[in-house]
Amino acid sequence: MNEPTVRIQKIRKDTVKTRLIVFGALALLLLVCSIFSEHLTPYDPYLQDLTNVKAPPSAEHLFGTDRYGRDMLSRVIVGSRTSIYSTLLLVGIVTALGTMIGVFCGWHGKWIDTVLMRISDMFLAFPGLVFAMAVAGVLGGGLQNAIIALVAISWPKYARIARSQTLAQKETSYLKAARLSGSGTWKIIFKHILPNIIGPILVTSMLDIGTMMMELAGLSFLGLGAKPPTAEWGSMMSDTRSLLSTVPWVTLAPGFAIFVSVMIFNLLGDTIRDYADPKSRGR
Amino acid sequence: MEPILKVENLTRVFTRKGQPDFTAVDHIGFELYPGECLGLIGESGSGKTTVVNMITRLLDATEGSIVLDGEDITQMSGKELRRAYRKMQMVFQTPTDSFDPRCTLGDGIGESLRNLGMSRAETKQEVARLLTECGLTPEFADRYPHQVSGGQCQRASIARALAVKPKLLICDEATSSLDVTIQKEIIALLNELRWQRGAKLSILFICHDIALVQQFCNRVLVLYKGRIVEQGVPDEIIRNPKDAYTKRLIESVL
Ligand SMILES: Nc1ncnc2c1ncn2[C@@H]1O[C@H](COP(=O)(O)OP(=O)(O)O)[C@@H](O)[C@H]1O
Ligand SMILES: [Mg+2]
Repeated sequence: MNEPTVRIQKIRKDTVKTRLIVFGALALLLLVCSIFSEHLTPYDPYLQDLTNVKAPPSAEHLFGTDRYGRDMLSRVIVGSRTSIYSTLLLVGIVTALGTMIGVFCGWHGKWIDTVLMRISDMFLAFPGLVFAMAVAGVLGGGLQNAIIALVAISWPKYARIARSQTLAQKETSYLKAARLSGSGTWKIIFKHILPNIIGPILVTSMLDIGTMMMELAGLSFLGLGAKPPTAEWGSMMSDTRSLLSTVPWVTLAPGFAIFVSVMIFNLLGDTIRDYADPKSRGR
Repeated sequence: MEPILKVENLTRVFTRKGQPDFTAVDHIGFELYPGECLGLIGESGSGKTTVVNMITRLLDATEGSIVLDGEDITQMSGKELRRAYRKMQMVFQTPTDSFDPRCTLGDGIGESLRNLGMSRAETKQEVARLLTECGLTPEFADRYPHQVSGGQCQRASIARALAVKPKLLICDEATSSLDVTIQKEIIALLNELRWQRGAKLSILFICHDIALVQQFCNRVLVLYKGRIVEQGVPDEIIRNPKDAYTKRLIESVL
């Protein structure tokens, strides 16, 4: 390889590393914020102060106050817990479920594979969020049902990735060697297949955190997710949207929080994908 | 004498969408006796790997039967098949790909022993012994496949195959991906193992190099387009080939 290419690769490698550190730190900060949210709020997020309602942002109340005089900054901070936790829970469940189904289909093959993949085709054929709204609507709203609805629409993507990766693994000599060693299905799946395919799957789930967070907030906004008084960003926005023209900060504060978090998780996902891609690591 | 491996009418037809059926292996049959080394020779694409994949039951046969040590294994699966694998092991063509990149060589060699219920400590000892027997040092157990050379990896792969003390060892072009000097070393190792074990080890040696087969095998089968076109003692076949394809094969080497 010639000199300039090597140098470009090195520069790219360095920037990817820097980005990884920066976005990783920001995401970690968000997580820490949501864990200790109760201790970080400047005011009690549920304390009403009727002498100071609809106050615009000021030094005292950075994001202003809502129609009951509650401090918006405190409410947004407390809301981070529900929003971020339920998103991570959702992504975790989808990844685990989709991967399990995909690996099983790929390994087992035959009719089980055909049946499950047709089912996943069916799910993929519907426009995702519309379907999730229908499911959540039927189940009757609430955060838990919103998560179930989003799991239902999101698993096929993971199942597809895991399945194709498993099929590729099945053709490798080391998997044949493992079978000849007398290892059973479970040992082969957990010891040889999963460790070798989990990389690209985790990258996908990192990239999905932002999307899932938005979809969850979207369902809440439509009244199909978290319900007041639970402080959740989506439902907070929906709750106050009639005030958008007169008291915009009440709606914009949680909106801003969603925007920033989705952005951070998306950028982190992109960076991890670049980092996992051997070409950008200059190998 | 009872054959250790008896294959009859073995056939594999690949069906692909939008294409006519393709018969990769066409009604072949042969026997392999204890202590014998049988060569299977043929150009690339002649169906050699398909044959061994069916014998090891990694691929289902379309037709025919496989009898290993007096036991019909053609339809076996699950536990039964895993028991059959204690009698039959395989060395693969590309050594580095035959070990899980995320496990050490020691893990790979010891996997079958652990599956037989051997303790961690015992396995470690046995792996060290096997590595030494195959011309490596026990330290290689802690290395990953990408940390050793092709030749060293193939030695480890032979150690893995020998772990369960199989009666049948299948080498699918075990030396093809190595350069000539390393090839010689691996052949020397296989020869040594053969003489030590005598009638306790039979070898099915797949190869596309007729000179190597001549050195190493008692008997040879020539495979062409999925059929056995000629069989016999290597020296005789080379001196007096009956089939047109075999003639071409020999001329290409000389
Ligand atoms: N899974 C498969 N599907 C379709 N065709 C296959 C498959 N595996 C092997 N073949 C075909 O069977 C023929 C024999 O292949 P193989 O047994 O690998 O040959 P060899 O090991 O002698 O080089 C080749 O023409 C190959 O394309
Ligand atoms: Mg082959």
